[in-house]
Amino acid sequence: METIEAIRDRILATFPGAEVTVVLNGSPSAQHSLRIGKAHALAIARWLRNDEALSLDQCSNVTGVDWPEREVTENKVKRIEPGCLEVVYHLYSISKRLGPVVIRMRTGNRTDDVTLPSLTPVWRACEFQEREVFDLFGVHFGGHPDLRRILMWDEFKDHPMRRDYVAPDDFDWEPTPHDDVLARAKENREKRTAAPAKEGGA
Amino acid sequence: MSDASQVTQSDRDEMRRNGILVTSIQEIYNWGRSHSVWPLQFGLACCAIEMIAASMAKYDIARFGSEVFRPSPRQADLLIVSGTVTKKMAPQVVRIWNLMPEPKFCIAMGACAISGGPFKQGYNVLKGIDRFLPVDLYIPGCPPRPEALLHGLIELQKRIGKEPMRTSRLSPAAGDSPAKTYVLPEFGEHDIVPPCNPAIWKAPELTGLDRT
Amino acid sequence: MNTVADLFSENTGFREGDLLELSMGPHHPSTHGVFRMNVTLDGERVVRLKPVFGYLHRNHEKIAEGNSYLAAMPYTDRLDYLAGMTNNWAYAHAVEKLCGVEVPVRAEYLRVILAELTRIQNHACLCGFLVQDLGASGTPLMYAFREREKVLDLFEAISGSRMMGNFQRFGGCREDAKPEWLAAVAKLVAEFPSFLDEFEELLAGNEIILSRTQGIGVMKADQAVNAGVTGPVLRSTGVAHDLRKVDRYGVYSRFEFSVPVGAHGDTYDRYMVRLLECRESLKILAQALKDIPDGPVLDPKAKQKGLRPKAGEAYGRIEGPKGEIGFYLISDGGPNPYRFRIRPPSLINLTLLEDICLGQTLADAVAVLGSIDIVLGEVDR
Repeated sequence: METIEAIRDRILATFPGAEVTVVLNGSPSAQHSLRIGKAHALAIARWLRNDEALSLDQCSNVTGVDWPEREVTENKVKRIEPGCLEVVYHLYSISKRLGPVVIRMRTGNRTDDVTLPSLTPVWRACEFQEREVFDLFGVHFGGHPDLRRILMWDEFKDHPMRRDYVAPDDFDWEPTPHDDVLARAKENREKRTAAPAKEGGA
Repeated sequence: MSDASQVTQSDRDEMRRNGILVTSIQEIYNWGRSHSVWPLQFGLACCAIEMIAASMAKYDIARFGSEVFRPSPRQADLLIVSGTVTKKMAPQVVRIWNLMPEPKFCIAMGACAISGGPFKQGYNVLKGIDRFLPVDLYIPGCPPRPEALLHGLIELQKRIGKEPMRTSRLSPAAGDSPAKTYVLPEFGEHDIVPPCNPAIWKAPELTGLDRT
Repeated sequence: MNTVADLFSENTGFREGDLLELSMGPHHPSTHGVFRMNVTLDGERVVRLKPVFGYLHRNHEKIAEGNSYLAAMPYTDRLDYLAGMTNNWAYAHAVEKLCGVEVPVRAEYLRVILAELTRIQNHACLCGFLVQDLGASGTPLMYAFREREKVLDLFEAISGSRMMGNFQRFGGCREDAKPEWLAAVAKLVAEFPSFLDEFEELLAGNEIILSRTQGIGVMKADQAVNAGVTGPVLRSTGVAHDLRKVDRYGVYSRFEFSVPVGAHGDTYDRYMVRLLECRESLKILAQALKDIPDGPVLDPKAKQKGLRPKAGEAYGRIEGPKGEIGFYLISDGGPNPYRFRIRPPSLINLTLLEDICLGQTLADAVAVLGSIDIVLGEVDR
């Protein structure tokens, strides 16, 4: 398979002005990826599928990643890196037996600018998986045929796979709590002992 | 007060050796009842596979009179909660339980049904079905082996066998006989509402929290 | 603005009251667990079918992200609880890719043996359940479970558990196989074909099965590829895509076996592909048992507890009994995976369920669902 840089160059040759950057992967798997701007994403995806050399006819895996806002230190200068949501697509070619080509897209932030183009029109395989990313991460996919919650119920408001999601506090009663569960169990006991005292006073 | 208590066990054994069977209506009744427990064909997760295995040739739950797995809750009197109950599934489980006619029994099979088990950290996992249903028997394991399920069934049969007829949940004399309806949780914005049925479940008091 | 009902009426020509809406599941004996289908019926014909998921959403991914790499291993058993060993392998494979760990050859052979045993018991179960869905209640499933118990006894002997082996480690296997165990596997491999013969003889030519499965639920090859369908379901459409041949992971390149493919992509092909795959798995098992070398199954220096891969990501996939089971891991250098994603073949194979059920009778839709082979633990995770 051609290198990720070669694929990037061919994309840029076909779509001048498209945002495509190579994201290097430090692990021994060496599965490098391309970060694609959302403006050209659908066209690039279609091109990747139809290109004769690559013919990435199968989108195997779609997933979201949450990158909350964090503080990074570069050259002893601290700066705040803004948070975003990322969607990762693993593409393979069944006919050419190639892959994976990994493409990723990022939202502007984690609150209001969370719309990305849906790639379901290109690969039907994205249908359920993009719904899952919508449900669990809160990424909106423009152009998705049926964007609803898939795993949680429709009335649910949160996006539980986000890193800052706080689950309902309902497992503090385990017989041998430890670590943060122990802390929560103590806190809950204090709440419980405090509440009846108030009632008694009133 | 059972009339059979007038006759001791050794009397009965003596008579049985002579070809006379002495018993009471209650014993006959409970004997029949305990050996025709019809479980609901209701699988939730991994434990359901072991429940199916228990009904297959090697373990053969039919030996204990419980092979008639009924797909309809109206025809079943044993609910085996076999696997993880998620919050999304909890209303359905309670609804099924409410549909079953009295007298009915509930077995929590496996760690997840008992307490959430390995998945108790999950945001969508109910931490034990006893928060919503009156559980008669807990079978630990992840998943419990089919033998464990059979053992649980035998224990349940023993319990049914001891149930006094007059206060049985089937008997009109038994007070709360009309089937009780249990609270059905609803889907809320962050959790199910209510998160447990306070009438039957209370968080246990934790001791030993201050150990070092 | 048009309501969904109006649009539906415009597109289909049905009026209100013509159709029956039916919710099958989440408690239904033929949906293989807590799967739910909202079906709209015209008489007995399916005109709309919407799957509803999430009734067994157990938050595998969130839990794994809060625990160490090794702690996620037992959870993978509970994903697809009919195929714990292949899930273990897929996860170990992904972590090995992430860390660049080498696996001893004996461990690779042992993994192949366990994976192929998993495959035959999974396919045996599937065929039993499928025939049950077609109405042959009891007997075929009993036969299938009789064989499955034999495989589970082997799993129990080597891992201590019937279903939840927790057997693979990063860079090998937890325990070595004793010669007696390998002999027991050889015995099973010798006996298993008689089950397949019996099963085929009883069912493959059965007129009811043929008329209920042939030409029902037809999936086309290009449609299946585009929808991400993998495993036996994809192969039944005629695409010879098997990761054991394509990726040649582990030591699969050393074995001679063929990839059975179907020609029509209907329920019958999906069923037969599985029966044929069992025979190929037995071929692989026989070769693996013959060639398995001596040696360690796990490098004692390979890190398990406290594993901290350096920052990076990896996607590892293997051919599970249901299709491509993959794990996508992102490490930020910490002891827990930053992102832990399971690629669930059962869920993605359901993408085309509505398309292939439209126009079929409801009873056949049940058989189509059965032939796709889903396990809800994996669909909902």
